[in-house]
Amino acid sequence: MEYLIIIITAVFVNNVVLSQFLGICPFLGVSKKISTAFGMSLALILVMGLATLVTYLIQNYVLVNTWFGREINITFMQTIVFILVIAALVQMVEIILKKINPTLYQALGIFLPLITTNCAVLGAALIVVTKEFSFGGEPHMMNLAESVVYSMSLAIGFGIAIILFAGMREQLELSNVPKSLRGTPIALITAGLLALAFMGFQGIV
Amino acid sequence: MSKFKYLIDGIVKNNPTFVLVLGMCPTLATTTSAINGMGMGLATMAVLLCSNIVISLLAPIIPNKVRIPCYIVVIAAFVTVVQLVMQAFTPALYETLGIFIPLIVVNCIVLGRAEAFANKHGIIDSALDGIGTGIGFTIALTCIGLVREVLGNLSAFDHKFSSSDGMLVFVLAPGAFIVLGYLMVLFNKLKAHK
Repeated sequence: MEYLIIIITAVFVNNVVLSQFLGICPFLGVSKKISTAFGMSLALILVMGLATLVTYLIQNYVLVNTWFGREINITFMQTIVFILVIAALVQMVEIILKKINPTLYQALGIFLPLITTNCAVLGAALIVVTKEFSFGGEPHMMNLAESVVYSMSLAIGFGIAIILFAGMREQLELSNVPKSLRGTPIALITAGLLALAFMGFQGIV
Repeated sequence: MSKFKYLIDGIVKNNPTFVLVLGMCPTLATTTSAINGMGMGLATMAVLLCSNIVISLLAPIIPNKVRIPCYIVVIAAFVTVVQLVMQAFTPALYETLGIFIPLIVVNCIVLGRAEAFANKHGIIDSALDGIGTGIGFTIALTCIGLVREVLGNLSAFDHKFSSSDGMLVFVLAPGAFIVLGYLMVLFNKLKAHK
């Protein structure tokens, strides 16, 4: 039950793009066609799950731990360590995928390098280790399983938002938009209306 | 004169927000009021200036193949410095901006200027470019923040000028997208007139 609440919260209520403003660049950049939007979201689900798994372990067993009889707490190193680990991880996923599953690599390959600079990945990794969540019960820090489920659900929320948005943009291509609104401005206003729709989910959990 | 051009380019011709459309996440997320937007802009400017200077100095000795990870480490180090400084001196702003301070690392503007400018130019030009781009970003964020604050909260720079409630939606998520969209239209129109 608790996991169901986590998933609904992450996908709809705290939607990563439309209410937390993470990952706006790929949201605007690769949303011109539904097929590319779909590939990007699949790659993101994979990477965000893995990245959160690794950074959670690093946070709790490397940055905060007892080393050689001395307690250390170097959480201020979070930013540097996490971004390097995520960059290395993405590179590794790319190499492994190329070797063991070339078809999947063909489909996701071009999106993987873009993901390193997607702030949703680093953002989710930082959120799960710094924020307390309640999910219907007492506020607590999430454990490993909850963290991974939360950030994969955030990626699914990204997928839903970007696919809806790509569908709208495909329609917009065909309509007659005033000259100075063409391109990014009309896309942003459309995203604003989509965000307004997603605000309706607020309060369901 | 040409030095001066580097400074001005970042503000109008290559404005990171309105023209290049880079760094959208902090632009939308932190502009709930003019002060917040300005704080974020200044924090990014500090990182941009320091990383541009260091990268322009290190560029000749960094092997070409590993340059991006090296730039990211330099940027991440300065972000950590800015984060600790803000935590110590402006704790309220640090709380409000929250996760978006560490996320300056993945702000495409900072890495973009390192890759496109700082590794090909000298230290002074890179510093000027950092300041110019930083000012452009700060102005954009302050404008968006001001518009959202005036419409959503009927106040400007935290001074309330009317006791009634504003249109709350402009402070919330949808307002960010809509205000940025229309400001971009305005910027395009003004640029076309010139």
